[in-house]
Amino acid sequence: MSSTTAGLVQLGVLLLLLAAVYVPFGNYLAAVYADGRHWRVERALYRLVRVDPDSEQRWTGYAAALLAFSFLSVVLLYLLQRLQGRLPLSLDRGPVEAGIAFNTAISFVTNTDWQSYVPETVMGHLVQMAGLTVQNFVSAAVGMAVAVALVRGFARASTDRIGNFWVDLVRGTTRVLLPISFVAAIVLVALGVPMSLHAGVAVTGVDGHSSTIALAPAASQEAIKELGTNGGGIFNANSAHPFENPTALTNLIEIFLLLVIPVCLTRTFGVMVRDRRQGHVLLAVMGVLWGSLVAVAWWAETHPNGPATRAAGAALEGKEVRFGIPSSVLFAVSTTGTSTGAVNSMHDSYTGLGGGVGLLNILLGEVAPGGVGAGLYGILVLAVIAVFLAGLMVGRTPEYLGKKLGRTEVTFAAISILAMPTLVLLGAAAALAQPGELDTALANTGAHGLSEVLYAYASTANNNGSAFAGLTVTSPFFQTSLGLAMLFGRFVPILAVLALAGSLAAQKRAEPGAGTLPTHGVLFGVLVWGTVVLVAALTFFPALALGPIAEALA
Amino acid sequence: MPTLLLRQGGAALRMLLVATVVLGLVYPLAVWGVARLPGLHGPAEGSVVTAADGTPAGSSLIGIDPVPADPAADPYFHTRPSASAQGVLGPGDPSTSGGSNQGGFSGTLLGQVEQRRAAIAAREGVAPGAVPADAVTASGSGVDPHISPAYADLQVARVARVTGLPEAQVRELVAATTDGRVLGFLGEPGVDVTRLNLAIARARATAGG
Repeated sequence: MSSTTAGLVQLGVLLLLLAAVYVPFGNYLAAVYADGRHWRVERALYRLVRVDPDSEQRWTGYAAALLAFSFLSVVLLYLLQRLQGRLPLSLDRGPVEAGIAFNTAISFVTNTDWQSYVPETVMGHLVQMAGLTVQNFVSAAVGMAVAVALVRGFARASTDRIGNFWVDLVRGTTRVLLPISFVAAIVLVALGVPMSLHAGVAVTGVDGHSSTIALAPAASQEAIKELGTNGGGIFNANSAHPFENPTALTNLIEIFLLLVIPVCLTRTFGVMVRDRRQGHVLLAVMGVLWGSLVAVAWWAETHPNGPATRAAGAALEGKEVRFGIPSSVLFAVSTTGTSTGAVNSMHDSYTGLGGGVGLLNILLGEVAPGGVGAGLYGILVLAVIAVFLAGLMVGRTPEYLGKKLGRTEVTFAAISILAMPTLVLLGAAAALAQPGELDTALANTGAHGLSEVLYAYASTANNNGSAFAGLTVTSPFFQTSLGLAMLFGRFVPILAVLALAGSLAAQKRAEPGAGTLPTHGVLFGVLVWGTVVLVAALTFFPALALGPIAEALA
Repeated sequence: MPTLLLRQGGAALRMLLVATVVLGLVYPLAVWGVARLPGLHGPAEGSVVTAADGTPAGSSLIGIDPVPADPAADPYFHTRPSASAQGVLGPGDPSTSGGSNQGGFSGTLLGQVEQRRAAIAAREGVAPGAVPADAVTASGSGVDPHISPAYADLQVARVARVTGLPEAQVRELVAATTDGRVLGFLGEPGVDVTRLNLAIARARATAGG
């Protein structure tokens, strides 16, 4: 079988697997968040933390609970790292340096998992487990909670309640993330991923040289790292490391895990608004974006560009032999299209166009298919904008799913959408204005160097976390500015989305009239797709032209 | 909003502490416990492979380039270059990991590719054009255990000559340590250098003794 055929079969199998779970898992997710009963263990938990699971919150209460929880998460994660030296299982790795600890705490709480440290030498096992793994779970559950709250805004009418944050947080964890992660972790161990509490194993090779191979409790974190679209590696090389991703089979499993929740949430949305076609349209838009980016990146990586790649004969720098090009590209597009940011190959070493696809995928706002929850609420906001634009064309107040999109709703949608580009462009501009910083930070110069800076702010402001890792980000300027990009890139859109949810839920349901734009057909799909592409193109074309496009054409 | 935040603060703190215990300790330790079972214990502790005398000689998943005592009589199959290595070819440092992050237009990378190509061609006694792409590029992890079948093929003649093993036997060992595509269609075939070098060492011991 040729490499291309094998790659196409793999692509087909991945799509079949996702298709097989789409309906049952999407329905299950809808049931999880609509269930009137609590599991006994959940009830005990609510008593322990003293919250009333049966009283719902206004959007302000929901947002306050979410912010309080996230803020304390940052504080606890920061303290865990700073106190590492005094904790058990720290493997004599001392306190994490303040800048790294600040950046990492924000990074994992915001579901970004951007890493400015080398895990094997900086983070001990306890911080990995009790700090980072915990945020892998709860930051994902927070994302799903926000998406569900927004969908409730559409599904409900004439109420000021959008759900109970604590219940949504707990159920996302106990009924979805934890059981799937546990099973996936065991499967990963069976396929070669370590689950060890040792620091490493000393070996003496055939040549008589001794070395230490680093070990870690990797499997438990690897599972939730992908399922929760987190992406923070327990080894520096992330999913390129043979211990995180030992075979092409684990590679397929990891791609499946990182896509499954974002994809199936479109079904959940359709079920919750009692019109499944609404979910199908959004899924189709996501699928078209993902599929076309896979095709472009695949073509790019099999057509070497740049003197070094041509001299080597193939674009294999930064890629692993067991994956080859198709499996690397499939992972790269899936990780940048969700908010995962795990990598099984080094994006910085991709061809100009191939790396540009990853960057573009992030800049589209991560809606192909997006992070857990973040993908759904992201594309719903873009759908609101699309309906609004269509309404402007015909000059009437637009409606989406029976809700009028007036000034308030469109304002919140616009805030949610504009936060990311603002952060990316201002952040990248601030970095570029400091030649002193760039001299020490860039691994590559010229157009590729610009791509490295742009990618860093795109990745953090979108809570992706993958990197053109040639950029050294350990200086106080980068640690702070990238940390703030992650923080605002996460919570400004979340607050806007929750406010939108509150305003939608309060409305009466408007019956569709003759002038109502149907939002379940091909026409609407094209409109949403066009909105996604136009918003990104208008905002980022100049920057992309100077970076990846210039490189691809050189 | 500030009062709302304060009111939720207590619940948030308690929720976070419970989450830390359940998700941060109980869950990973439960996975760790299951991973103690026979069959899972080996991979859980790093898939360690042993030399003939039973001492740990490496991990079947981790490639560490062996260094010959005498470069003129080099009996080893070599891994791909590693970004964590001091020289252009290796050996990498398995206590950490990572790629070079050099792009296709990088002059540094171009220089490295050319040096690697020349060094490997000289080592194997072949034309520079015969050296495959994976041999002159650093992997993503820096500890890629695999090389392409083409790169293994290139090294067979030298290894057979230096070790005194028949070329056919060396080819058999290469075939035995080649991991094909998983299920026939996932990924690319690769030769596991760690297992291959151990197999060569065993064969030498048998032939010699």
